[in-house]
Amino acid sequence: MKYVDEYRDGALARQIAATIAAVAHPDRTYAFMEFCGGHTHAISRYGIEDLLPANLRLIHGPGCPVCVLPTGRIDDAIRLVQRPGVTLCTYGDLMRVPGSKGASLLKAKAAGADIRMIYSSLDAVAIAEAEPARDVVFFAIGFETTTPPTAVAIRQAVSKGLTNFSVFCNHVLTPVAMRAILETPVAPNEPPIAIDGFVGPAHVSTIIGMEPYREFAETYRKPVVIAGFEPLDVMQAILMLVRQINDQRAEVENQYIRAVTAAGNVTAQKLCDEIFEIRENFEWRGLGVVPASALRLRDAYAAFDAERRFSVATIHADDNPACECGAILRGQKKPAECKLFGTVCTPETPTGACMVSSEGACAAHWTYGRFREHQTKAAVQMAS
Amino acid sequence: MTKTYRRKLDMKHGRVDLTHGSGGRAMADLIAGIFRDAFANEFLDQGNDQANLPVPAGRRMVMTTDAYVVSPLFFPGGDIGSLAVHGTVNDLAMGGATPLYLSASFIIEEGFPFADLKRIADSMGATSREAGVPVVTGDTKVVERGKADGVFISTTGIGALPDGLALSGDRAEPGDVVVLSGSIGDHGVAIMSRRENLTFETAILSDSAALHGLVAAMLAAAGPHLKLMRDPTRGGLAATLNELAHQSGVGFRIDEATIPVKPQVAAACELLGLDPLFVANEGKLVAVVAPAGAAALLTAMRAHPLGREAAIIGSAVACEHRFVQMTTAFGGGRIVDWLSGEQLPRIC
Repeated sequence: MKYVDEYRDGALARQIAATIAAVAHPDRTYAFMEFCGGHTHAISRYGIEDLLPANLRLIHGPGCPVCVLPTGRIDDAIRLVQRPGVTLCTYGDLMRVPGSKGASLLKAKAAGADIRMIYSSLDAVAIAEAEPARDVVFFAIGFETTTPPTAVAIRQAVSKGLTNFSVFCNHVLTPVAMRAILETPVAPNEPPIAIDGFVGPAHVSTIIGMEPYREFAETYRKPVVIAGFEPLDVMQAILMLVRQINDQRAEVENQYIRAVTAAGNVTAQKLCDEIFEIRENFEWRGLGVVPASALRLRDAYAAFDAERRFSVATIHADDNPACECGAILRGQKKPAECKLFGTVCTPETPTGACMVSSEGACAAHWTYGRFREHQTKAAVQMAS
Repeated sequence: MTKTYRRKLDMKHGRVDLTHGSGGRAMADLIAGIFRDAFANEFLDQGNDQANLPVPAGRRMVMTTDAYVVSPLFFPGGDIGSLAVHGTVNDLAMGGATPLYLSASFIIEEGFPFADLKRIADSMGATSREAGVPVVTGDTKVVERGKADGVFISTTGIGALPDGLALSGDRAEPGDVVVLSGSIGDHGVAIMSRRENLTFETAILSDSAALHGLVAAMLAAAGPHLKLMRDPTRGGLAATLNELAHQSGVGFRIDEATIPVKPQVAAACELLGLDPLFVANEGKLVAVVAPAGAAALLTAMRAHPLGREAAIIGSAVACEHRFVQMTTAFGGGRIVDWLSGEQLPRIC
């Protein structure tokens, strides 16, 4: 595959790995959070951690929108689609996300609810147009990357004069979540939040640019390298982060120069700003309620807001108290340190955010990473 | 018995209605007009509710059954009819059996066009003749509109096992060699490319094919060194290796760089957020062979049209966790686990 294979070259990976190993100081540790689930997935799928020195640790962040959606919002969606005449259009990843009491969209669909899996926000508009008797709700979810497509869908519904299309808006904001992680109060008995720098999500930055990350460099003194999603992108970003730490620099650097500009996509930003405004509060599975961390539709677009159209009042639902998602998302614990991991919480029966989507930290560890511990154990046994 | 009047089915505009499943004359017309000619063979022509069949003396028989509900019914490289023959023939062949006979049951949705039904039956007949495995008995049922999706087909197959052959999924041992017969993911991607809510153009054809010819060549070349075979259908290569790992109580270590994937398949998977390891195949097999037989097996497979791209992709290893581990082409390592849920495209 041209333009893809170049970024998956194993020989080049070994060269970068050798450079990282040579540059990293053996007398200190490095802990970097890759915020985005896309990076987590690439790291697991290509086995990048195998190529990194032992004193360099990657912390899998909360950047998987499916994972961080709280139980209450899934319950809302299920209640919405159980109303007569309502059709819910959703991306497939959301189908298995657990709501309260083991409910999920998949189960609601099996029980007769009209839920359609779509691949684009515009598919939902097309369904609304084709089936005027149905009240079509688009389950909008995602970080800054997926917000413009939702805005475009609303624009299209306006121009088509559709009165049976609305959006259940769950769009969330990357920089706010990063700040929330760094600002989390740590109890005395908890391990500290040890993040030396961030691998920033490239797709988000194709929209928002580089500027929103400046506060992390300047205020928190954490270097940020905006990186693409191919394995060599991630390797190079890690090398750039190690170099910044070694040089005692804290800057926002752009590894993904093939698509990210400093200003981002101004047209998309304007469109989103026209349609969406910031919510006062939004609950994140694993992080709790984070002020100003999500979007909702502006009053001018109230007619397209499913929450207002159907008077949705989200009821908070408690997650399993033994679930360590919060600590895992903040990098304080590893998936295997959670009591539920691999016992009651598996990809088939996910309990917490991190196991829900394959991009979640626990699911990625379950799917790709378990053998690493297994190998380590085997090595220890052989040595003893 | 006097000969009944045969109403001609309107193949151009006609559709199946509920009377075609009622056991009356309409059903007889449907069978006579579509299925009998398509499948014609001496056993079916006996015209009884059961087929009276000769079996090879003193041989063990194997039997398998499978239901086909593929959507769309017609896809690049095949259709539900050809698939219903290939899939069941392959299940017999994976045990080393010579496929002998097939049965076929059709569940047809009210309103299904005769023309499509005939196309499917003709394709199924042609495929079974090509494979040398006749459809010797069958059944049709019609259900109300909305109670099925066009047509569902269920086929059962019977085959005969050569003497002394004991291929089984529990026979892999550490050190055994894993051979794959060709590129993975073709069938799944061909199907996906024609799903109504996904529009992408690809020249990829389903790999749907009957594998018993290839299997015969493999048995001749590797003899007792060949320990087991399985076709990686639903869940793809990943599911098959995990099944075998569990059944045999071993692990597998495979090397991503050795697994053939067509560039178009890789590109489509990239676009859809799929991993070819989990995408279905309908004309490929995985074989586990003792090291001493590996070279001969590979040579024989590559000499067969359905095994030209055969490759050694890894080996069985001792592993109490029965993990399937893979060295990625990038140089790292990962687990190849069972698929959880459906393999769904990423959203961001």
